[in-house]
Amino acid sequence: MTLTESQQLAYANAQAADGRVNVELETDDGMVLNMGPQHPATHGTLRLIAHLDGEQVTSADVMCGYMHRGYEKLCEVRTYPQVTTLVNRIDWLGSFANEVPFILAAEQLMEVEAPPRAKWIRTILFELSRIANISLFIGDLALQLGAQTPAFLAFRDREFVLNQIESVTGGRFHPNFDRIGGLKDDLPKGWVADTKAAMVRLREFCDLMEGLVYGNEIFQTRTRGIGIIPAKVAESYGLSGANLRGSGVDWDLRRDANIGLAYDDLDWKVWTHPDGDCFARCWVRLQEVREATKIVDQLCDGLPSGPIMAKVPRIIKVPEGEAYIATENPLGAMGYYVVSRGDIGPFRVKIRSASFNNISIAPWLLRGVYVPDIIAILASLYFILGDIDR
Amino acid sequence: MASVLALDWGNYWQQSIFRVLGSAVFIILGAGTFVIAFLFKMMSYMQSRLGPMEAGPHGTLQLVAEVGKFLQKEDLVPARADERLFKLAPYIVLASTFLLAVVMPFGPDAYFVNLDTGVFLALALSSISVIGILVAGWASANKYSLIGGLRAAGQLIAYELPMVLAVVGVVIQAGTLNLQGIVAAQHSGEIFGWDGIGNPFILTQLVGFVVFLIATQAELAQTPFDMPIAESEIVTGYMTEYSGMRFLLFFIAEFATAAVFAALAATLFLGGWAVPFVDLDDNVMNVVGPLVLVTKMMLVGTLIFWARFTFPRFREDQLQSFAWKALIPISLVNILATMVLKVAL
Repeated sequence: MTLTESQQLAYANAQAADGRVNVELETDDGMVLNMGPQHPATHGTLRLIAHLDGEQVTSADVMCGYMHRGYEKLCEVRTYPQVTTLVNRIDWLGSFANEVPFILAAEQLMEVEAPPRAKWIRTILFELSRIANISLFIGDLALQLGAQTPAFLAFRDREFVLNQIESVTGGRFHPNFDRIGGLKDDLPKGWVADTKAAMVRLREFCDLMEGLVYGNEIFQTRTRGIGIIPAKVAESYGLSGANLRGSGVDWDLRRDANIGLAYDDLDWKVWTHPDGDCFARCWVRLQEVREATKIVDQLCDGLPSGPIMAKVPRIIKVPEGEAYIATENPLGAMGYYVVSRGDIGPFRVKIRSASFNNISIAPWLLRGVYVPDIIAILASLYFILGDIDR
Repeated sequence: MASVLALDWGNYWQQSIFRVLGSAVFIILGAGTFVIAFLFKMMSYMQSRLGPMEAGPHGTLQLVAEVGKFLQKEDLVPARADERLFKLAPYIVLASTFLLAVVMPFGPDAYFVNLDTGVFLALALSSISVIGILVAGWASANKYSLIGGLRAAGQLIAYELPMVLAVVGVVIQAGTLNLQGIVAAQHSGEIFGWDGIGNPFILTQLVGFVVFLIATQAELAQTPFDMPIAESEIVTGYMTEYSGMRFLLFFIAEFATAAVFAALAATLFLGGWAVPFVDLDDNVMNVVGPLVLVTKMMLVGTLIFWARFTFPRFREDQLQSFAWKALIPISLVNILATMVLKVAL
């Protein structure tokens, strides 16, 4: 991250000011509140430098990179099958979804296509990881706004989804299950019925949360009319996912640019909300969980039979070329730009992760709000630190 | 009514020691009960988990283990903190709780002090804790603490008023500021001519009771009014820099104040230590009375903590406008209605 000279100066000033806690209270340009990198609301290591006038934020800078793990560079020294292990850990709450766009890009370069059953199961797991991710978001959102109970209820009901993911892939958080040309294994016996039971449970969870969190007057006063992102601004900052749809932009890659996943003949809806405030973003996410449970139900019903692996060579060498594939991940559009030089590993991988773009609007959004609103806005933008820093 | 326990008991020092020990017992037992019953168990069951289960039968000794842990911790004072004030602050907060406990009546003769201005004193003493919190926030030399301390000060001042106004309705109906007198008034009162069970003021002062509970919630800085300690925003506010023993003092003060306010609410609105159909001067009430009061305290505590574990929190300015635009007008109307009915009936 390169800073301009004035930004560097401001940054140095902020750091110097941090050291002088008592002195700066007397200065006339307000107080500098340094939130993070260790702060409960940043769930990770995001650093927020907020300049305050009383409780009001005059300006806020987001500093990221405290959790940079160098995945793009690491991908260059891994073979293709090994990359999925790495990218699992980008958005760690919906980890299977991270593998999918990379595998799809590699498949496009190799010109193989996964058999229908593999596609179907991929889509089911993709949606299950969306549910696992966003159901936790709902609980976490309530926790950020001060309600403790919904967080525990979210953890409880998320477990049903994680159990299903675990019984297919063997891993609760990091499945590492997607392969170029298909999947590692087929579904275990009785899995479809269990999943459909879990989906019923998750729909009950959505109803519960709608009453307990979304219907709560205090929650609504805290989120309605706070952190409004107009549609134009949302587009110009490159927001995606529920943050964009919460601003009324009807854009979902699953429907608009579906590559390699089985969404085409399903009955589901992309929800948008015209308000663009914190409540709209959170509400769209809640509907997203509901739609995902419906999608999983339909996919479970129409699961085709057949092989789960296409014919691919034992040692995977991807022919020379470039491919960019983006999918609608739980946090928003996630894309992999893969450059191959015909080797067993990629020459270059650029990861376009949703949270990095989503959080980039924070300085624009945080001007003039109150300190508690910072938390509400950051919670509603919903970022995962691994997804920002990669 | 001369108290056997307090007044005829000897000289000034004996009385004082008795009062300090008595309120210490009340505070430690009250805080302990509230922590175990509500924070450990009720909260856990609401969140579909079991809570502490290992220490003692069903985890009942967990609190002893926790206290032992806190006592062993190092007494940390931040480098830039104002050391003397930093160390003093928890005691100010706790002192307010101790003084509150002193005025509570537990039975016809079971009380520490029986003052004619009992309610007034209780409400006045409860505001002392603000000073302790402000001092803690300032002396910690931490920005989160400072914001938390200032929020606490603004909030507690804003909520003193509705609380006092809610109590005024009770005082008008009882015709006395004496807490024993209020208990007696509820025991012998009548509801529009019907005197079957006396008149627990919750029946005629329901509005006052609700306002009092909301103000209590704000006074205790519990969710939905926990901005002073909001851990997801300002990392527990004025308590950020405290650890070990001093944190424990804040913790005891928090829950003991909850217990004392529950006792106050029980005394003002639920009939205190008295039960219907049992004579007020009956000597058995000196033993049964405290138990009755504790039962009613637990009922009020359940309400307080139910809200605490369910709701998200307000924003500071929303809280202020809620206090000034909703609670105070409502309690003023309540006072007016009480006055009119009192004179008319």
